Amino acid sequence: MTVTVNGNPMDLEDGVTVRQVIERLGLAKAACAAEVNKALVPRRQQETHRLTNGDTIEVVSLVGGG
Amino acid sequence: MPAWNLTMPESAEHGATPFYVAGRTFTSRLVVGTGKYATMPLMRDALGASGCEVITVAVRRERLFNAEGKSLLEFIDLSRYTILPNTAGCFSAEDAVRVSRLGRDILEQLDNPGASWVKLEVLGDKKTLLPDPSGTIEATRELVKDGFKVLAYTSDDPIAALRIKEAGASCVMPAGSPIGSGQGVLNRNNILLCLELLKQGDAAFPVIVDAGVGSASDVSIAFELGADAVLLNTAIAHAKDPVMMAHAMRHATLAGRQSYLAGRIPKKLYASASSPWEGTISYIPGE
Repeated sequence: MTVTVNGNPMDLEDGVTVRQVIERLGLAKAACAAEVNKALVPRRQQETHRLTNGDTIEVVSLVGGG
Repeated sequence: MPAWNLTMPESAEHGATPFYVAGRTFTSRLVVGTGKYATMPLMRDALGASGCEVITVAVRRERLFNAEGKSLLEFIDLSRYTILPNTAGCFSAEDAVRVSRLGRDILEQLDNPGASWVKLEVLGDKKTLLPDPSGTIEATRELVKDGFKVLAYTSDDPIAALRIKEAGASCVMPAGSPIGSGQGVLNRNNILLCLELLKQGDAAFPVIVDAGVGSASDVSIAFELGADAVLLNTAIAHAKDPVMMAHAMRHATLAGRQSYLAGRIPKKLYASASSPWEGTISYIPGE
């Protein structure tokens, strides 16, 4: 299946979880948050939330800002 | 240590009162942003020099590591600062709510007290970065329902500020002038009216002058008008010497607040001699 991760298409096997995507981005230990199709997937649900074909996922973190 | 990097004498804190906002109390009345610094160590040092206890951050697509492979959070003492995540870059209430929820999820992982806070920005225009009042009110309502403490950026329009408070904001933050413009407090009367309306029958309601500060005197002016706190970023981050400017902002905060509490003299058209006329031995015209 194909999902869009932070604006880029990514081919993933069926049933991949949000947490697995975050780990593949090398962010296992990072303080980050994720939403799927514009809805937050809270940290405690990332392990169980499975992605489906066509999903759009955003993984965000904190940066400097005013 | 440079000569200006001196510990503030105790008397400088005389009359300082704690700053209350969104259920928390702080000693410092300066809120400082973490954006636009040339380097992260410079940011860390400037934040330290400012004496601030609340800092703002932005939520962005994962680019946690900068060119040197360092994370912003590596340079922030989480036990020292309450982190206030912003919704900068959002042009609709819907997006601002999304970003707020993402920021909260990160700060909950960090166990930071700012987790339920959001610096709400719903912008109306990219060039001026002026806020969209209706979007700000809509987002405030939605976020308050979702358990957020909303600290809302707005223009210096007193009625818009009042409507945002009525929507449930914990703090309203009128802009002195456009974000990053360095123009200072352009309309002092509007800030005074914002303060009057927002604090009517609710003197403890916190009002932060946010945006537009260019120099230390701008900070003092905001406090002299009666602001509870000042939020700034660019004025420190883009100063020639950000750490020294951060010190200046800290002093200006104390000076402005004390000046406000002490009560200024009324402005008069004519002079009022400081030395007595009685006993003058010189010729005085007209006498």
